Amino acid sequence: MTVTQANFTAAMLDPSAAVPKGLQTPSGDIASKRFNVYRNNVAVSLSDALETAFPVIRRLVGDTFFRAMAGVYLRQHPPTSPLMMFYGEDMPAFLAGFEPARSLPYLPDIARIELGLRRAYHAADARPADGQVLGALAPDALMNTRLRIAPAVQTLTSDFPIYSIYRANTAADAPKPVMQAEAVLITRAGFDPDIHLINAAGATCVTALADGQSLGVAIDTAGETLNLAGVLNLLLSQGAVTDIY
Amino acid sequence: MGTNSLYPFTKRGQTMLDSARLSSLPPRPGAGYKPQHYSDIMADPDPVGWLEIHAENYMGDGGRPIAQLRHLAERFPISVHGVGLSIGGEGDLDPEHLARLKHLVGWLNPASFSEHLAWSTHDAHFFNDLLPLPYNPATLHRVASHIDQVQDVLGRQMLLENPSSYLAFADSTMSETDFLRELVTRTGCGLLLDVNNVFVSATNLKTSPKTYIDDFPLEAVGEIHLGGHDEDEDETGAPLLIDSHGKAVVDPVWALLDYTLAKSGPKPLLIEWDNDVPAWPVLADETRRAGRALSLVTA
Amino acid sequence: MSKASKSLVLASAVATALTGLATTSAAAGDVKCYGVSLAGENDCAAGPGTTCAGTSTIDYQGNAWTLVPEGTCETMDLPAMADGTPREGSLEELDRDLPA
Repeated sequence: MTVTQANFTAAMLDPSAAVPKGLQTPSGDIASKRFNVYRNNVAVSLSDALETAFPVIRRLVGDTFFRAMAGVYLRQHPPTSPLMMFYGEDMPAFLAGFEPARSLPYLPDIARIELGLRRAYHAADARPADGQVLGALAPDALMNTRLRIAPAVQTLTSDFPIYSIYRANTAADAPKPVMQAEAVLITRAGFDPDIHLINAAGATCVTALADGQSLGVAIDTAGETLNLAGVLNLLLSQGAVTDIY
Repeated sequence: MGTNSLYPFTKRGQTMLDSARLSSLPPRPGAGYKPQHYSDIMADPDPVGWLEIHAENYMGDGGRPIAQLRHLAERFPISVHGVGLSIGGEGDLDPEHLARLKHLVGWLNPASFSEHLAWSTHDAHFFNDLLPLPYNPATLHRVASHIDQVQDVLGRQMLLENPSSYLAFADSTMSETDFLRELVTRTGCGLLLDVNNVFVSATNLKTSPKTYIDDFPLEAVGEIHLGGHDEDEDETGAPLLIDSHGKAVVDPVWALLDYTLAKSGPKPLLIEWDNDVPAWPVLADETRRAGRALSLVTA
Repeated sequence: MSKASKSLVLASAVATALTGLATTSAAAGDVKCYGVSLAGENDCAAGPGTTCAGTSTIDYQGNAWTLVPEGTCETMDLPAMADGTPREGSLEELDRDLPA
């Protein structure tokens, strides 16, 4: 009659499974509907967490599709940590392989943006550096200068117009997306994460800087399509540079 | 053992469980903190005596949640209420999660730390719900050793909360109150008495809530919880109450609180409201009602 | 491009980047405003009781899946997939209410 926690969880996640014997009503009957309380709590609380985590994915696929998809996801990928604020790490890979969502091939990259925004929200605080320091450096010294990048900062590149799609589903007057590759920079000035449109070269440059490369190396790595002034202005204005050294 | 006697606190040579050490929360009403209430709480000259947070929401590296908590802690005693430790789990406690908890409790130095008599993690998967366990010598031994581990790692006493029950285990051999009393004796932990959970469990399992309170080791209680529940029924039409924390506390639970406080004396009283969270004034009204219940036994 | 001219390009970009940049960039954030959509919180409440969300068997059986995405419905032409299947995608909100 012993119900192990393995028995309990297996039946909890599979509604077609029998309620484990040994779970009873006060009169000693099998506690079928009572056990469903746990089935519901788990499915609903994890689905709610995914809805909170991926509001743009939800808009893109619709409520009904999202809830059904969440039911699949939560059973394939139950949380591996008690921190619900980070639940959904496997969503991009899941979406990439999820046949019913195949008509929306940009969903995995949109999910990456939504994960990135949450990581940024909870990232360590960092005091922005004064960008004017750069203006006082001689050209040769600039080439060897490094920028420490704030923990919240992330870049994402995509074959799809992920910035435009994200904006079109979160901002009232955003323009209609056109098919093109886009990259985004996620920053957090103060406490609120934001995303910015950059290009792939900009993303490469920021990644190189975050890896501790000098400005000179980062520019070389990024290549000729880099809009260096734009990227630097964005980083500095968003408090994304925490040290210049 | 009378209601005013003390339990031996056997860990690390500490001799007695001093009731003042059960919790340094004031015997006043507190509220479960919700970030959307931040501005209202900070603008209110005397909102509540203390606040309770869910530990897991403050385990990020930084950002607004932790900044808010630092500000709140300057003004209010904080109770840290864990919901993810899985103390009733068959497996070992997650050392990473325990380390995160130690870090939070370390920098915040809260007035109290509490967790649940429940499990939520199995085989490295977390289910985000408080799942039940049978009460017998084997589970008692396991839970006691987990509480020992938590209190050793945190270097402080913890409070353990009674759960809401929806069903019973055939292999339970002890009552919940005996189980909790034995845990207090073995580990020196304190208890968090959720009066709504008592009402929910007693209704669902067809037992008497007052008898539960009569049997509960009230002298070990460092905090009392109150919250709203939903009403449903099982397949036989019997009432099935759900611990939803989504509405106001019902009158029978307030009455059970009065019954409890008359026996226990004043305790820190928390209103929990986690779903369909109302505007701050509604929650503040509930805490004032808790304050009136306290004043009946404080005068 | 020579190293010297590269460093001049860099210096020029830095000058452009700094134009209009406030001396102390990114003021401290407002602790009050709450990023609601980023909440994703733990709590200790139970869910909705015995409603069907956790007990519907069609919810999660991928082989019985009949739903199609029906969210924001502005169609955009995307390149065909490798197997020649045409792609189309909804990219932004269309002003209509979906049937309940």
